[in-house]
Amino acid sequence: MERIKAIGIDAGSTAIKVVGINEKGNIVFYKVEPTSFQMKPQLEKIIEELPKDVPIGATGYGGDLISNATITASEIRCHSKGAHLFLKGPGTVIDIGGQDSKVIVIDQEGEVIDFTMNDKCAAGTGRFLETTAWRLKTPVEEMARFAEKADREVQVSSVCAVFAESEVISMVAKGEPMEAVIKGLHRALAKRVASLAQSLNIIPPILLSGGVAQNPVIKSMLEEELKEKIIVPPYPQLMGALGAAIISMESKTKVTNR
Amino acid sequence: MAYEELYKKLDMDIEKHNQLMEILGQVYQELFLSRKNRPEGMNYFDGVIAEIHGKRIEELFALKEQGRALVGTFCIFVPEEIVVAAKGACYGLCGGAQFSIPEAEAHLPRNICPLIKSAYGFKLQRTCPYTQLADVIYGETTCEAKKKTWELLSQLHRVHVMHIPHKKETLERELWRKEIERFKVEIEELAGNTISFENLKEGIETVNAKRNAMKRLYDLRCKDGVVSIAGLDALLVNQISFYDDPVRFAQQVNQLCDELEERIEKGISVFPEDVPKILVSGTPMAPPNWKLHSIIEQSGAAVVAEEACIGARYFRDNVDVSGCETVEDLIDALLERYLKIDCACFTPNDERVENVIKMCREKRVDGVVYYTLSFCHTYNVESKKVMDRLKEEGIPVLRIETDYSMEDVEQIRTRVEAFIETLR
Repeated sequence: MERIKAIGIDAGSTAIKVVGINEKGNIVFYKVEPTSFQMKPQLEKIIEELPKDVPIGATGYGGDLISNATITASEIRCHSKGAHLFLKGPGTVIDIGGQDSKVIVIDQEGEVIDFTMNDKCAAGTGRFLETTAWRLKTPVEEMARFAEKADREVQVSSVCAVFAESEVISMVAKGEPMEAVIKGLHRALAKRVASLAQSLNIIPPILLSGGVAQNPVIKSMLEEELKEKIIVPPYPQLMGALGAAIISMESKTKVTNR
Repeated sequence: MAYEELYKKLDMDIEKHNQLMEILGQVYQELFLSRKNRPEGMNYFDGVIAEIHGKRIEELFALKEQGRALVGTFCIFVPEEIVVAAKGACYGLCGGAQFSIPEAEAHLPRNICPLIKSAYGFKLQRTCPYTQLADVIYGETTCEAKKKTWELLSQLHRVHVMHIPHKKETLERELWRKEIERFKVEIEELAGNTISFENLKEGIETVNAKRNAMKRLYDLRCKDGVVSIAGLDALLVNQISFYDDPVRFAQQVNQLCDELEERIEKGISVFPEDVPKILVSGTPMAPPNWKLHSIIEQSGAAVVAEEACIGARYFRDNVDVSGCETVEDLIDALLERYLKIDCACFTPNDERVENVIKMCREKRVDGVVYYTLSFCHTYNVESKKVMDRLKEEGIPVLRIETDYSMEDVEQIRTRVEAFIETLR
């Protein structure tokens, strides 16, 4: 393994993401594991296995639990910093995570100009696809493949993850092909995220991150809705952790922002 | 259980009330008492909170036994000067806690504002001694949900509704004048005597003095770069202004201000020197709603002003009694003062937008958090105008919509932290 210069930990509510970066900020090590009920011991165990004497940047809901972090920073700032490595200038980050979605407009240096997030519900987040996938007895990773096979799309009117579930069931019961329903679900999510993005003055290029960025149908639908080309970085779910690592490498002294 | 006898007289649900007070005690310890470097003058206000359902209730009960009028309200439109003139007490009613909302939702729709649900729930639960004590609850017509909830509340308690106009033209001025006159007659009936010119003038002067003290606190809480008192503490003082005896309260606020003046002189700040300074603008925060302030201040910024009814809107303008010779003159003076209230229930309401900008300049804030309770349509819709104007002025603004529940605290923290980072 290449020598790790800094570590970033994004202790999220659904998963803990860890990256190690080299001097250039390239990811040379990463690890993703689901968040357990006992987050603190879980984090301690993860840290034990990491190389010592390198700066650690921490973010996410559990960021404060990482006692030996050199720096903690907000999720929004970490996502911006991580994405900036790929945007290489000003631009917009759309992050669709498991429980929230963010749109962040960043400047030349990767600092936040403006941002917005979804309200406190699962509409416009990965959870929307997850719950409906579960209802359709389809693995969530397969959802895009089904959508791609569809020759048309059914209009799903609900953006609420719970109501969409019942809407989907009634559609399937009415005899709508599953592919068309799944494509419709993708459209509902993409439209929701696009309207979130349009509430800001977004700057191209747009980078899509978060677990949902691995879904190619969401990517192309967002391109249609926003009429902009979208970049998906390698390891899109690691942008927050990557940003935390970069911030820890940049900050020489120990500071705590929160 | 020192006050159990009193609670029984007030037909309260004592067991449920104990649960409420236990939660309140824990939260207060965590958010207030455990903080370092608080002004000593806060001791009095800590004591008020400790006895908020104790000594103060005893005092009010004693007034009731003397036949004085006790008036509970939910809005700064109710002219408390008239109640004070009649030697009665006018106070705000509980409406800031999640605790009573589940009960309320058995009667009220879920999608109306939490303040109304909370207040109505306290009456259903019989856990708010202030509500139980009130001879009459004065509702008003500032929004649709309140207006219709009063109809339901009146089945449980004596309720009067003041007709608050929604425009400020000739017709509405006439209407509002009539409402103030009617209010005076009703209070006189309750108190069993008429309010003389001297009584009313004295009542006005008492409340003016209280507002002056609060204005002084507004000036001193952040001055010459020194944040002399945490935003949470200043918010608490603003909240207590609706419960306490007005004369004693003004004295205590002035005493606190003397201490803050010393702190400013010595440069004693509760935050680091370069702390970002925030104005919170929007819907009122009734106690124990300390959610947003605590998140902001835990995230490393200081709240230095509240543009809200529990905040500057309450104490900004005084009643000008100069040249008044008759009761009618005083009522005119009240009319003038109350029509300066820039509540979002008015249309148009451009003076509010300008007042927000003015406050930003006065307090030299780094940013604004626009706070709106869920389903508060007036403040919610008006956020666009306020935010557009702030952006025009180059003042960063973050909009937060939430209720009293704790489920979204971490989501709000994420936004607030990122916002504060952009201000550095």
